[in-house]
Parts: sequence; structure tokens; C-alpha cells
Amino acid sequence: MVRFAEVGLRYGGPGDGPGAGPEVLRGVSFTLTPGSFHWLLGPSGAGKSSLLRLMHLAVRPSRGEVEVLGTRLSTARRAALPALRRRIGVVYQDFRLLPHLSIFDNVAQPLRVAGRAERQVRADVTEILRWVGLVGKADAAPAALSGGEQQRVAIARAVVIRPALLVADEPTGNLDVAQARRVMSLLQQMHRLGTTVVVATHAETLVAEYPAPALRLAEGRLVSHG
Amino acid sequence: MRLRRTRGRDPLGLRRVLSDRLLPALAASMALLAALALAGARGAADLAARWEGGAATALTVQMPHGARADRALAALAAMPEVGEARLADQARLAALLRPWLGEAPAIPLPSVIELRLARLPPDPAALAQRIAQAVPGATVEAHGVWVARLLALARSLQAVALAALLLVAGIATAVVTVAVRAGIAARRNAIDILHELGATDGDIAGRFARRVALLVGLGALGGTLAAAPVLAGFADLAAPLLGGAAAMRVQDLPWARLPWAELALLPPAAAAIGWLTAQVTLRLWLRRLP
Repeated sequence: MVRFAEVGLRYGGPGDGPGAGPEVLRGVSFTLTPGSFHWLLGPSGAGKSSLLRLMHLAVRPSRGEVEVLGTRLSTARRAALPALRRRIGVVYQDFRLLPHLSIFDNVAQPLRVAGRAERQVRADVTEILRWVGLVGKADAAPAALSGGEQQRVAIARAVVIRPALLVADEPTGNLDVAQARRVMSLLQQMHRLGTTVVVATHAETLVAEYPAPALRLAEGRLVSHG
Repeated sequence: MRLRRTRGRDPLGLRRVLSDRLLPALAASMALLAALALAGARGAADLAARWEGGAATALTVQMPHGARADRALAALAAMPEVGEARLADQARLAALLRPWLGEAPAIPLPSVIELRLARLPPDPAALAQRIAQAVPGATVEAHGVWVARLLALARSLQAVALAALLLVAGIATAVVTVAVRAGIAARRNAIDILHELGATDGDIAGRFARRVALLVGLGALGGTLAAAPVLAGFADLAAPLLGGAAAMRVQDLPWARLPWAELALLPPAAAAIGWLTAQVTLRLWLRRLP
């Protein structure tokens, strides 16, 4: 479950965390039920990325309460957050793959961070690469892949650890229509498997193609939910 | 382009940013300096021990003609600074003076008492004066004054060498900090990604620390090995001062005199400094992440 209650966020603190800058999110409140699929919509600068960053614990709220998978961020110790992050998969518009590692090692990272045995890592990564259709490129460098392929690698990395929550920030922003559909199909499959999925986008055609409840933001405020 | 699978050993790409050239070379140079400082400290300590404990602590007391030696011996032995007081052997004294006096058994030789001091007095001149008072009419040869000055010099050298060692350790810490900060700057993105994947501070800091410890430890090992022949050469130069003789061949150099135990500690100590510095630098930096 994800619950936001009167959440506000300012940047400008150390490490670009909460600080004294202008408020980019104001009084945001909503609850996402486990296993739901939500679009996160709004124009550029509306606060979509900031809301997703709060959801995957890349930043803490300046005010209000964020509860992710049963943990309240206002009271959670910093040392407790890594274990929580391992239950959340994140997909970025710019993929954020490690360029010096092979596709296999990129996808294997969450499992290795979680301390899984190498035999299990090999089996799980091979299975997930087969799922995204890239098993033949396991030893390739990210730079050798197309944008769509890199985004599928990023999805494979996000879901290999079977997250309870999957957030995607403009995952199709850099892709052509065919690649975007394939990426959306993968995210929908994760939702059908029981994962709570939140996808930020400003591609209304994609939303029309895959109808689902939406959180709509404007100027840092939640203007509609449903 | 195909990449070798790393089995997760280097997700931060530290082999490239903390290269196996610059940091080990710097560590080697510092280990070389540290080895020189260590050997300097050890050499100064050896000289001090020899001057302090050897024949150099002896004073000689020349008795006035006709004085009773046994009474003087008793008076001297009772003094707290005196470890041992004994009458010099007349035959040995005669042999020592033969080059100047020739075979002249008729000339009466003075009685000479040799003193071995229990510990070096803070003021040898004052001790000589007290001995002269204890044995009226005696002449005291207080070359202990010079011994004390040489000892002070040796101890100062020892202290300077140890200070140099601390300075080298401080510079090593600074060098590792700069290298680690450069590594953080170069891999900021990878650190962020690993952090977001749920890596703990300990995991990320540990990866840097292990890499730095390996590089610094290996560099220090190289520097220490390079220092060994230099130190053996110095030990050879100092050998005559310590009662030995200079070597003619490399294999005859006084290898056994090198402070091997301390030298063996240098690479692990350097690795420990590197590991600890990297851990502290990383953990402080990582605290800015949520």
C-alpha cells in the first residue's frame, strides 16, 4: 500500500533533498491499494517526478506523511530504508543503466545487492531477460542496445527482485510507438502478477490505449484521483 | 561491444577510477619514506642502547697515592648511581701504559677504580663531583658527560624519526581521501543507482575500502621491498659504530640487523589506513543521500 497524507516537498537541502526551496508538492493526499495500476498525469513541472521520488524513497517529504509498503517515512530510521528500497522497482526515462557493466550484470545488481546466491542470480536474470526478449544480448554493453532495448533492460532490472511496488517515470518518453507498446505490455503484465504499478507520463494517447485510474497533478497539487 | 561478466565484483567500476597505477605508486613512495624513518628510529635506538648499557657508561676514579682502595670501593658501591665498582687489574693497566712507559716495573702505577653506572645520571658533572667528595683526593674521569650528550642526540633522532613516521601516515590519509573523493565524483551516478537499488552505506563504502586497501597495501609492499637494500646499506655504514665491520659483498650486508618485524607491519598498516580512510570518507559522503 502507498499512502500520502498532506505531503509537501521542497528541494534545496543537502544532496538535493528536502530544504528551503520553493514547494514543488503541496498538500498531496491519496491512497493506492495493493496490486493496483495507476497513471500519474500532468504537464511538465507539475511534480510527477517528485511524487515518484517520494514513492521510491529517493527523497523524504518536507511535511506530511508518506507511507510505503507499511513503513512511515517520518518515523523510519535511515538504516531501515535500504531493505524497503529492495521491495520497490524503479524505471527511469533515461534508463540509468551502469555503462561499464554488461546487460546481465546490470539486471543482476538488485539480486546481488540483496545478497542472493550467484546460482540463483544466474537463473533469475536469465529468466527475466527471456521475458523481456533480450536473453541473446546478456553480454552486450548497454551502449550497444537501442533505446527500446535499454528500457526493457531497465524494466528487467526493476522487476527481477519481484518488487511489491513498481514506479516508472516517463518510461516511454524516449521510445517510438512500437517500443513504447512493448514496454507498456511488460508493465501491464507486472500489474496482472499482483504488483502495485504507478506510471508517470504525459503521453495521453498511451493513457487512452491502456485505460486505468489516474492521479492528476497540476502545479504541485493533486487535482484528481480516479 | 561485449563485456565480461563480473559476477558482481565491481558494480561501481572502481577498477577504472581507482586505477592500479597512481595510488599504489604514491603508497610505495610513502612506504619507502616510512621504512627509512623506521630504520632511522631503530638505528638511533640501537646506538642509544649501546652507549647507555655498554662500556661507555663506565667512569674511572684514579686513587691518590697511598689511599686505601677497599674503603673507597665500599664508599663508591654504596652510591645509588653506581652499579658496580671494581679495582682495575694492575697487569692490564701496566700493559695499557707500556707504549709510553716501557718496561719499567719500578714505577708505581696508581690504583684505578672502574665504575659501571646503574643508570645514566641527568648531570654527569655533578656525579663526578660527589664521587670526588666520597673519595678524597681522587681524580674522576667523567667521560659520561659526552655519553650523555650523544645519548640526547640519539634520542632526538629517534623522536624525529617517529615524528616523520606519523607525518607519513598523515599524508597517506590525505592522499587516500583525495583519491576516494575523486572516485566518488567519477562514480556519483553509479553510487546513486546502487543506493536506489537498496545497497547499504556499508556495502558501498566497503567496495571502495576493499579496493583502496588492496591498492595501498600492494603499493606499500613494493615500497617496503625497495627500501630493504637501502636500509641494509645504511646498516652496513653504521656497523663499525656498533662494533661490527663493513661488508664487502651484497650478500654480506647486515640483513639480519634490519627491523624486519616493523617493516613487515608497514604494508598491513598502510592497507588499514587506506581501508579506514575510505570507509570514513564514503560514509560521511553517503549521509547526504536519503
